[in-house]
Amino acid sequence: MNVEKFNYDNQIVKLFLIATVVWGIVALTVGVWIAIALYYPELNLGISYTTFGRLRPLHTNAAIFAFVGNAIFTGVYYSLQRISKARMFNDVLSKINFWGWQTIIVLAAVTLVSGITTSKEYAELEWPIDILIAIVWVVFGINMIGTIIKRREKHIYVAAWFYIATFVTVAVLHIGNSIEIPVSFLKSYPVYAGIQDALVQWWYGHNAVAFFLTTPFLGLMYYFLPKAANRPIFSYKLSILHFWTLIFIYIWAGPHHLLYSAVPNWAQSLGTVFSIMLWMPSWGGMLNGLLTLRGAWDRVRDNPVLKFFVIGVTTYGMSTFEGPMLSLKSVNALAHFTDWIPAHVHVGTLGWNGFMTFGMLYWLVPRMWKTELYSKKLANFHFWIGTLGMVVWVIPMWWAGITQALMWKEFTDLGLLKYPNFLETVLQIVPMYIMRSFGGLLYLTGIIIASYNIFKTIGKGSFEANEAAESAPRGPITDKPKFGMFHRYLESKAVLFTALSFVAIAIGGLVEIVPTYLIKSNIPTIASVKPYTPLELEGRDIYIKEACNSCHSQMVRPFRSEVERYGEYSKAGEFVYDHPHLWGSKRTGPDLHRVGRKYSNMWHYLHMENPRSMSPGSLMPTYPWLLENQLDVSSLKAKISVMRTLGVPYEEGYEDVALADLTAQAEQITADLLDSGIIAESDKEIIALIAYLQRLGTDIKAEVKGTK
Amino acid sequence: MSVIFVLIGFSSFVAIMFLAAYIWSVKSGQYDDNYTPSVRILFDNEIKKKDPKNK
Repeated sequence: MNVEKFNYDNQIVKLFLIATVVWGIVALTVGVWIAIALYYPELNLGISYTTFGRLRPLHTNAAIFAFVGNAIFTGVYYSLQRISKARMFNDVLSKINFWGWQTIIVLAAVTLVSGITTSKEYAELEWPIDILIAIVWVVFGINMIGTIIKRREKHIYVAAWFYIATFVTVAVLHIGNSIEIPVSFLKSYPVYAGIQDALVQWWYGHNAVAFFLTTPFLGLMYYFLPKAANRPIFSYKLSILHFWTLIFIYIWAGPHHLLYSAVPNWAQSLGTVFSIMLWMPSWGGMLNGLLTLRGAWDRVRDNPVLKFFVIGVTTYGMSTFEGPMLSLKSVNALAHFTDWIPAHVHVGTLGWNGFMTFGMLYWLVPRMWKTELYSKKLANFHFWIGTLGMVVWVIPMWWAGITQALMWKEFTDLGLLKYPNFLETVLQIVPMYIMRSFGGLLYLTGIIIASYNIFKTIGKGSFEANEAAESAPRGPITDKPKFGMFHRYLESKAVLFTALSFVAIAIGGLVEIVPTYLIKSNIPTIASVKPYTPLELEGRDIYIKEACNSCHSQMVRPFRSEVERYGEYSKAGEFVYDHPHLWGSKRTGPDLHRVGRKYSNMWHYLHMENPRSMSPGSLMPTYPWLLENQLDVSSLKAKISVMRTLGVPYEEGYEDVALADLTAQAEQITADLLDSGIIAESDKEIIALIAYLQRLGTDIKAEVKGTK
Repeated sequence: MSVIFVLIGFSSFVAIMFLAAYIWSVKSGQYDDNYTPSVRILFDNEIKKKDPKNK
């Protein structure tokens, strides 16, 4: 039998590994920062760049795409080469993948902090970066599939299947969700509006969790867990079943993020049913991982790598039970918009992604640098402080979520809201917020210790960029290795490349077809709902820029407690001109959908300058720069015309008079402010924001009339 | 709401792709042996130099 000699590329794994550790620290530091900002609003330092709305997407993007993303690449680039018994398909593509991805992260950090955002959760990056992501992702895909094609092993190990599913699905999701029309170089509007935008967003958001935070890590689990335990996976058959059932079910569960919203009931039920179905494959995978360690639990006791994997897999089991449970409408009615949801998410990210990542790194670093781990003690310490950190993070947030939701819903015997002042329900959970930030700090300490341990290990080891390996070439299982296998090579190549090009074509086609199809359906079903005025539109973009939607929802659910507190529940037809939708997913502050005309202009002006002047004890940060910043109207014309392209009925040529309309409305608000004794200039950002806030939800209020 | 049909289309498309991959994998004999692959990954065929540590 002839044997081929080749090298594994360890250099690329090393790069991704270091990036993982570095971005991990950055992401978690920002996380702790904003956790403190939630009860200590002065932490925004009075400037825009460090305010919660700007930093929250920075934290989520850094955690998901920088930390977890680089961890995925680390694990995939290491394991795929070994599974396939082949070097990566192309070293240049590997490098483009690495440097491209880091460039995206840096661009993301800079733009998000500057308020350049699409407002769509986990897809906040603006269109030029979206394009860059698509390119780098496809480079990764080609490199990966190329490697699988040139593999020397006939069988494609289950981990690689998870990687393939990750690539294909994330590509489709990213492109599907990012169809937007540019207004300027750094601003765009999505083609979807209101309820449609919400559906696409949560189809994406849910599946980003599924195919970015889950499937790649399951692949990593199926490789690194058996390797670390040095025993085969409990049931390979189960792993195959796990893979195929999971990917077929996952993609349908997205609407469970929109329960009790203005989305039709049947779509909500579809989401719920599939979410419950998901429980089984998820737990099949979890048990498969845990049972691999049966009879080896003694090794778990003194092997930090296995400890990390055990907690990682267990928290995966916990959050995949919690997910379906939260998808039940009755549970969701309570939990949605509360801190229970971040708790659920962090069980997954801190436990599953974080612990699987560090388990993998503790296993990988000594191997790649051919040495022992610098300190097992420190690794064990990291394990305990990390686990403790998670507990201190998650339990207070479960508690906070349930406490606050019950307070929102409580009525007195007279049928009035027991806690009509929203702030009261916030102040109640401040102790839990404080505990949570402490939990985050513990977890962060853990990974700082880990990075010290890792870099010390690297320091004492010797690294080999190209690790020599040998394997028999892939061929028919006969004793005569011939060039006949070339045909098989072509066979698989043909199938895969056809599939790939099919994806490309289908995406291209859909990008062209979808917008025209959707625009036609943007017909308002409520006659009184009118497009935003130019000033309101600009104000809305300020709202997006400051990410008000990360703390305030715009979706009054049809519950007595909400209608009583906020006003008429939200109707699908009210959002037809909302490109993008701003429903939000968390109520750290009250819902704003019916805030229009509820307070005076003066109230808003002073409240934005310092929330505590209008509502003492409020935890909202100050926004003094809105009072000083000049409103940028340079792209107003483009905005109006893009909106018209998207089906918003601005008259032809309206962009030429839009600025005059904007100025007139701004003067009106300034005059009103002057009546209340506030001297303001009409060209400031605050005026536009006030115009937008006063408009919110009033289109159908007008019909009722009378109340002020 | 009509976007939901687009999403169902997108999702079905992904699902069909996977279905094709599934059929391919079964037909090409990927799953004829569902035990050995789990053991095989445990053996790395690095060329041993000086470090005979555990696999």
